[in-house]
Amino acid sequence: MVQRLRVRYAKRGRLRFTSHRDISRAVERAVRRADIPVAFSAGFSPHPRISYAGAAPTGVASEAEYLEIAVTRICDPQAFRVALDTSLPPGLDVVDVVEARVGGLADRLECSLWEVRLPGADPGVAEGAVKEFMAAAEVAVERLTKKGMRKFDARGAVESLSADQDDHVEGGPNQSCVILRMVVRHETPAVRPDDVLMGLRLVADFAPPSPPSVTRLAQGPLDALTGEPADPLEADRVGGDH
Amino acid sequence: MSVESLFPRLEALLPKVQKPIQYVGGELNSTVKEWDDATVRWALMYPDAYEVGLPNQGVQILYEILNELPDTLAERTYAVWPDLEALMRAEGVPQFTVDAHRPVRAFDVLGVSFSTELGYTNLLTALDLAGIPFQSADRGDDDPIVLAGGHSAFNPEPVAEFIDAAVLGDGEQIAIAISEVIREWKAEGEPGGRDGVLLRLAETGGVYVPRFYDVEYLPDGRIKRVVPNRSGVPSRVFKHTVMDLDEWPYPKKPLVPLAETVHERFSVEIFRGCTRGCRFCQAGMITRPVRERSITTIGAMVDNGVKESGYTEVGLLSLSSADHSEIGAIAKGLADRYEGTNVSLSLPSTRVDAFNIDLASEFSRNGRRSGLTFAPEGGSERMRKVINKMVSEEDLIRTVTTAYSQGWRQVKLYFMCGLPTEEDIDVLGIADLAKKVIKAGREVTGSRDVRCTVSIGGFVPKPHTPFQWAGQADHETVDRRLMALRNNLRNDKQYGKSIGFRYHDGKPSIVEGLLSRGDRRVGKIIQAVWEDGGRFDGWSEHFSYDRWMACADKAFDGEPVDVGWYTVREREEHEVLPWDHLDAGLDREWLWQDWQDAVNDVEVEDCRWTPCYDCGVCPTMNTEIQIGPTGRKLLPLTVVS
Repeated sequence: MVQRLRVRYAKRGRLRFTSHRDISRAVERAVRRADIPVAFSAGFSPHPRISYAGAAPTGVASEAEYLEIAVTRICDPQAFRVALDTSLPPGLDVVDVVEARVGGLADRLECSLWEVRLPGADPGVAEGAVKEFMAAAEVAVERLTKKGMRKFDARGAVESLSADQDDHVEGGPNQSCVILRMVVRHETPAVRPDDVLMGLRLVADFAPPSPPSVTRLAQGPLDALTGEPADPLEADRVGGDH
Repeated sequence: MSVESLFPRLEALLPKVQKPIQYVGGELNSTVKEWDDATVRWALMYPDAYEVGLPNQGVQILYEILNELPDTLAERTYAVWPDLEALMRAEGVPQFTVDAHRPVRAFDVLGVSFSTELGYTNLLTALDLAGIPFQSADRGDDDPIVLAGGHSAFNPEPVAEFIDAAVLGDGEQIAIAISEVIREWKAEGEPGGRDGVLLRLAETGGVYVPRFYDVEYLPDGRIKRVVPNRSGVPSRVFKHTVMDLDEWPYPKKPLVPLAETVHERFSVEIFRGCTRGCRFCQAGMITRPVRERSITTIGAMVDNGVKESGYTEVGLLSLSSADHSEIGAIAKGLADRYEGTNVSLSLPSTRVDAFNIDLASEFSRNGRRSGLTFAPEGGSERMRKVINKMVSEEDLIRTVTTAYSQGWRQVKLYFMCGLPTEEDIDVLGIADLAKKVIKAGREVTGSRDVRCTVSIGGFVPKPHTPFQWAGQADHETVDRRLMALRNNLRNDKQYGKSIGFRYHDGKPSIVEGLLSRGDRRVGKIIQAVWEDGGRFDGWSEHFSYDRWMACADKAFDGEPVDVGWYTVREREEHEVLPWDHLDAGLDREWLWQDWQDAVNDVEVEDCRWTPCYDCGVCPTMNTEIQIGPTGRKLLPLTVVS
């Protein structure tokens, strides 16, 4: 291993239905097809040294997923970005590649900015629910995990939450669409947009009529000024100036 | 008329189902053609879950070949799981293709590949969801032609009323020919409508249209005769044989899915057909003669496939891969080429001999020596003579000894239970063999760290084999023998702990037997089972023996036949079998003689290395054995860096 590359990629359109295991298989194959000199772990059954940081759940789109690939030859990040992007199926799109310079990438992914589109939901009810949710000190929700039903707080990790209305929806003026934007800190147990929706239902009986369409817009260190995630690859870019 | 994508409606359902990625398409190397640019449109179905159906070689090959034709388009569809089926029914979303999510009913042909009879209920689900009437006779000009292929199509009688046509044998050339017939028929303004095109296909003698044949029965339930019911339809329909595999190097662009599937590898068929003559093996009987792909084509296909797919495993497929006349050179050549890379090679379906250990050693140069699999199939010497699996106990022990001494620690042995003439002692012989295997392994390694797994399945007599006349063993007998074997292994203090035992109970084999050797009267059972909720019969968690039996009892009420009549009953030489008018080239008298030889423990050699014994295939089908060696070499490809 002579170099580590940090990759930001997007999971778009129908490819949002991939699971994190589907993605790792797709990336490994794309790397081989693109002849990228990926490094392998030592041992009895060597694995390509690709690590994935906190993948978005199956069914959730993302503009900001991250992985790190160790390579055995120095690669130009730009050429690498084009090669990997061309090799991956459309919908898994490589957005940005930098050479790893400092620290660990996973540690920088402190929070995510999520957008949740709720077609047909009532904007007034949504706004009220958001207010109640944010006013609560704690909102206990349940989720089915591998270990059975688990109860945890969905409020504490939510840094901000707002409801807006989208006026540019296809399908006519009667098709209102509520857009929730939320910044959620990565804590254990992880709080997902689904859990926040469940919380909104619990505190204010807010139940959207159709399935939500969820997109992760960004993840990174929590920027105290904006209250949103900053670019987690910035540190490597800055580090590169030395 | 253009066809709209169903995807927007499907998309709303996907967040609610398991593994939604299997329904979205977009596999690497998949093809979406413009609907309006094509004249002939095929929907190709593998009637099982996506994870099983996607890797299927037959579907991938036909998909690619048909899409290469300028005016033909082909898309794929698979069985949807019950969770999505329920949502599709609730929302009125019809059966769709995964490529462009077009409704299956809009296509000209629905081609269904049946590797096993247990996919029949899944065909009905797809027809129902597609809005296509179950009965061929009820379909109109707007419905696709439902065309069956695959090994089960050699006796399509149980589904005769659900399909419009069936094709026997290799699909490459006949699929193109069918496309051409439909294209011409459409260009002429579709004369004669649906029957018009089916008649054109039937007249070629290469496509079976069940509706054009009447089956007459005797009072005792046996078939009296099967005769064409209109002029121009031939009395026999023949199978198709591709004679130069090098001319058909498919798949050239292997499909690589995002979803996880049962085979995560690139596979190359290194030859087609097998003349080892194992009497239980339908594949070996209906795919004759042996036709090898040349070493150079195999080398080029592997190189291309690995680059196109990004897979790290390469499978060299055939019915008995070590029998390729140049397998040694192929193995060494590929092992040389990929040495030091992460590409690994596998050779499924190998016979029991020491030569295969050398091959396996080549294939595991990169380190891993986990397990080797052999298939003696029969537990006693006599049993193996009956089924013509010519492996002596000495061969087996010598082979596993070599394997253990060269570093393998685990050997898997495949057997069958319920074979014709089988006695309890034949099955218990499996335990003796397994113990001898462990004993030999411990001696040669000086270690107790050797294992052997016995894997055993129920035998089902199949059409177009010497055992087509045999009575199938009832499931009580099979289960009793399996239990006795299990107890024998379990109670053995010296070796028992080193021997694993895997088996399936005998009940599913009875249903498979009913569907394998059934006739048109079995169709209403399939429909009744489906109506009662029967789906995914190849999956033990979905399969219900009791449902099949209850539906059969009801359907056969008042008939002179029952499930036992179709399964455990031995047939007489001259009884008309439901598939007698479908010709795989095998001479019926030869098959009968081979059945008699089986009962008398007489073996027959492989015709690749001994004179022809007149099974009938080559003269009937105008084919010949095509084997090497070619003497050519598989050159390692230079790595460009």
